[in-house]
Amino acid sequence: MTVFCLVELDGPAGAGGAAGVAEASLRAITLGRGLAAGSSSTGESGAVGGLAAVVFADPGSEAGPGLVADLAAYGVTDVFAVSGIDGYAPLAWARVLQWLVSDSANPGLHASPDESPYPSPASWGHAVVAAGTERGNEVLAHLGAITGLPMAANCTQAVDNGAGAYAIVRQRWAGLLLEEAVLEAPVALLTVATDAVAPVPAAVAASATVHHVAPSVDGGDLAVRAVETPAGAGGASLATARVVVGGGRGVGSADGFAPLEELAALLGGVVGVSRVVTSEGWRPHTQQVGQTGTKITPDLYLACGISGAIQHFAGCSGAKNIIAINTDPAAPMMTRADYAVIGNLHEVVPALVIALRERAASAG
Amino acid sequence: MEILVCVKRVPTVGGAITLTADRRSIDTKASGFTISPHEECAVEEAVRLVERFGGSVTVATLGPAAAEEQLRACLALGASAAVLLETEPGAEVGPIATAAALHAVATGGAGSGGPFDLVLLGNEASDTGDYQVGIRLAHLLGWPAATGIKALSVDEAGISASASRTYRGALETFALELPCVVTVKEGINLPRYPSLPGRLRAKRAAITRVPGPDRAPAQDVRMTSLRVPDAPKKQATVLGQGAGAVPALVDVLVELGVVS
Repeated sequence: MTVFCLVELDGPAGAGGAAGVAEASLRAITLGRGLAAGSSSTGESGAVGGLAAVVFADPGSEAGPGLVADLAAYGVTDVFAVSGIDGYAPLAWARVLQWLVSDSANPGLHASPDESPYPSPASWGHAVVAAGTERGNEVLAHLGAITGLPMAANCTQAVDNGAGAYAIVRQRWAGLLLEEAVLEAPVALLTVATDAVAPVPAAVAASATVHHVAPSVDGGDLAVRAVETPAGAGGASLATARVVVGGGRGVGSADGFAPLEELAALLGGVVGVSRVVTSEGWRPHTQQVGQTGTKITPDLYLACGISGAIQHFAGCSGAKNIIAINTDPAAPMMTRADYAVIGNLHEVVPALVIALRERAASAG
Repeated sequence: MEILVCVKRVPTVGGAITLTADRRSIDTKASGFTISPHEECAVEEAVRLVERFGGSVTVATLGPAAAEEQLRACLALGASAAVLLETEPGAEVGPIATAAALHAVATGGAGSGGPFDLVLLGNEASDTGDYQVGIRLAHLLGWPAATGIKALSVDEAGISASASRTYRGALETFALELPCVVTVKEGINLPRYPSLPGRLRAKRAAITRVPGPDRAPAQDVRMTSLRVPDAPKKQATVLGQGAGAVPALVDVLVELGVVS
């Protein structure tokens, strides 16, 4: 079988700079590689274990060879670079994926003239994998709708049992619960949880071939299309931040966040908050970490005055390290953290800010 | 403006999730039920639009008879009609069959009061998290869809909508012609509390009950069992008390590489 992985890129699209592969997509590719390698199905061509990446960008100009190399390091053997679709159009993206896995759809699609013929996708097989992001879930849901195929969201494992049957494990309740399930379909549509599968490069890097495809997409499929604008101050993304300084009920007020902002700036991170903080109107909902907010996967989550409701853990359990500051040593966040400071955040955080400033000054 | 809002009855999850003995569902003996925060916001958004444009809000759910409780909660918030697509208690209906059942309601069947100008759903149900019912429904209707929306505005004429969300730190805005399907997320608004007259009205309101899909839905993902993931067996290293812990805290930050 061949596993087609929808690749999302880091950084604001269209910014012109070099864009890397989004970490969430690397996680998806890692799961896809395992699925392809462990496959007991072979396509008509007899090929086993192909791993193809589908990029809606021109690696020739936008991301350069670095993007292809990054994908090859994860074992990708074929990169389909799709051009001609201006911006993010979920239904159009889904149509292109549909075409890539079936030879009957959309005859208007073609490889560019200078392209050597690549194997007929129909003789390949037979999974489409995307990151469990807003875009990944959305595109695969469209693909499921236009093909009538089932789609399994936020998988953490997938095994091909042959004959179009897959054993999967997927997240429910944003990961608080795991579902073991069977998926039977000629083409498996899977998205991959953004906080559960570690991104791991292939043991041996592949040599990736780039196929340029320029689809002619029906206008109706482009009717819903994203217009992107920078989102306000800084625009730093909570979902991709390496350091998140979290604030909860213990912060006590909107004004109480100033030291946390300062600390986040010193650590090169961003502020995230618990649900009570947004319900109280202390901070905007865009900063909420949790099941109904953002799932974070930082190297460090420094949780200040957050007791740790189960829905909050659904958003932060992907953090590599958790440091909790709380007056209550028995708070769930304190017992599930790697490091704990027992105390009032209004005392600890300003003292930490001062210590970090002094450290920076003496080093400088 | 006629708006349909689709919601789902789910257990209220508190401290920890406990499963039934057969590991096929959550033990709800001691829990209450609710709809997800995303869906509360969908109801609120619909009520606000109707307050501005006139028209009415219909709320629909696919679930057991007990899901009337959630429909009445939505009626108390300002919906004026409710449809229950009734399923067997404990039956789990997958996203493909759910979308098909909601399609019948959205096209004005089942005494729903359609046709509708707008269908709102939560971005995902908080329990199964399938992330697809809204889009599948949109395809069945032949309508455009936008998902994960945290800001929605409809033009004065009620003809087109602008829907936006954040994606990787940028704002993505989609323009859609009505009728359309929009799935929303918490944060799009701050839902109101039900008023007393609203609650009284909801108590008396008639709910349209129609049979939902049976137990054997279309080919879909088939759950075999559920499990609670192992909580990481961590023993937190206590760095100290109060400001006295700061030197040890700085050492840890250096060790983790976030401070040079």
